[in-house]
Amino acid sequence: MTAIDDRRAQPVGLNQPREGSPLIAVRELSKVYPTAKGERVQALSRINMEIAQGEFVSLVGPSGCGKTTVLRILAGLIADYTGDVSVSGKSLHGPSREVGVVFQDANLMPWRTALANVLLPAEVLGLNRKQARARAQELLSMVGLEGFERKLPGELSGGMRQRVAIARALIHDPAVLLLDEPFGALDAMTRDTMNVELAAIAARSQKTVFLITHSIAEAVFLSDRVLVMSSRPGRIVEVIPVELPRPRGLDIIADPGFAATVLRIRRLLDGDSASALPSIAH
Amino acid sequence: MKRAEPMTRDARQLRLKRAARRWFAALWPPLVFGALVLGGWEAGARWGGLDPMMLPAPSEIAEQFRLGFDSGLYPQHLGVTLLQAMIGFVIAIFAGVGVGALISASPVVERTLNPFLIAFEAMPKIAMAPLVIVWFGYGIWSKVVLAAAIAFFPVLISTILGLRACEPGRLDVLHSLGASRAQLFRLVRLPSALPFIFSGINVAVVFVLLGAIVGEFVGAKAGLGTLILAANENLETARVFSILALLAGMGMLLHFGVTALRQRLLFWAGPQAGRPTA
Repeated sequence: MTAIDDRRAQPVGLNQPREGSPLIAVRELSKVYPTAKGERVQALSRINMEIAQGEFVSLVGPSGCGKTTVLRILAGLIADYTGDVSVSGKSLHGPSREVGVVFQDANLMPWRTALANVLLPAEVLGLNRKQARARAQELLSMVGLEGFERKLPGELSGGMRQRVAIARALIHDPAVLLLDEPFGALDAMTRDTMNVELAAIAARSQKTVFLITHSIAEAVFLSDRVLVMSSRPGRIVEVIPVELPRPRGLDIIADPGFAATVLRIRRLLDGDSASALPSIAH
Repeated sequence: MKRAEPMTRDARQLRLKRAARRWFAALWPPLVFGALVLGGWEAGARWGGLDPMMLPAPSEIAEQFRLGFDSGLYPQHLGVTLLQAMIGFVIAIFAGVGVGALISASPVVERTLNPFLIAFEAMPKIAMAPLVIVWFGYGIWSKVVLAAAIAFFPVLISTILGLRACEPGRLDVLHSLGASRAQLFRLVRLPSALPFIFSGINVAVVFVLLGAIVGEFVGAKAGLGTLILAANENLETARVFSILALLAGMGMLLHFGVTALRQRLLFWAGPQAGRPTA
């Protein structure tokens, strides 16, 4: 029995997937990289997953398991793969306007102000300037950066820069927000705060969110479902629904259900010896 | 964010005092050194029997400097040299950035041009001076070409390095939006490369003066180079020195101009960004 069948048999998170029309559908996705020596490395092997409209799904796995490859395919940055990937019912082979991406580094343009950075996708896509500007202002307030519009990235903290990157990913109103370890470079305290904020942003913007992380606690804290990957070749070994009430505060780490879910995923990843970690940042 | 508190009068005065002290601390060693050298030189020329054909007294050089400006001779020739250098400078920047962009955009262009560029770079460009004079004549254009040819390479190389050094993450942001090559270049690659390009421009601004002067040595109707040759033939050594001082001042002004422009354009980059690490 495959992991996917397993998921269908179980109750899923709060946002019940609508029958028949997943927003993101990945079927039998495989990816092979040629190495310098001419060998072929199987990065991904027959990945299957579906993400429903409005759902928050995380993908966890050890370093090098191929989770970033999955995200880069969804972001349109890798176009040659085998299998089917579709977003909003359209087959994906390259960048799509339906997708907004937040990378591990904020990757802001240091010569642009916070506001101009948020507006960058609007410029690339040729959106209406006036509307985009108003929306950029709104998004900056939503991520808690009202009054920082004219600051340069060099004048902002790491957490603030990543907030700008989130606002930038949402400026063209994509259906899906893809996040690749967005808070990996931040300190633990900031990271906890950013996770609470991200949950609020996801709820407010009603976006479908797909998060890549190596932090199990972070994934459980934020997600409706957690996909667990293993490496060599990268494949999804289990889908874990997170049945914790929303909105979730940081105190949820004291919830026995939280600890149990974290432990369950931890065991899947590295055997029975592991114990649940107390902070959501690890 | 950080906002300066409104300062009291005392605090402001204290700050001014500190700034003045810093300036003084930075300025006195070179000032004292310069005064000692010039004083010793002057004394040597007046009483120490220094040959005025070899090392004329600083006062004599200053006198020549004044004469040159009063007669209007220096400003006129300086204008010619500067015009040649500046046209060559602009050409070198556009050609260097343009060819650099082409090379980093296309591996085919890079492979095709690379051996020729290396050969051209290896050749001492000033050796072309006589030929360039034959091609472009005694007017300003031969000097413009020579200045541009010498200043082209620092700009080209820093452009290629800068475009290559672009952080891939910044490009991913644009790629994920399906940006065109032109958008990638305009919105990410070129601005990312600017700190590097400016370090090339800093070298180029000195090289164009070199090119213009060498061109004038080989054959010209006007320019500071021709003045130096004429003064040298007449054994007016003080005059030669005064023109050299003028050229040094000119080079420094141009250098400061580029630095000021860099600060305006690259307000977002640190003062060392893009500099080759020594």
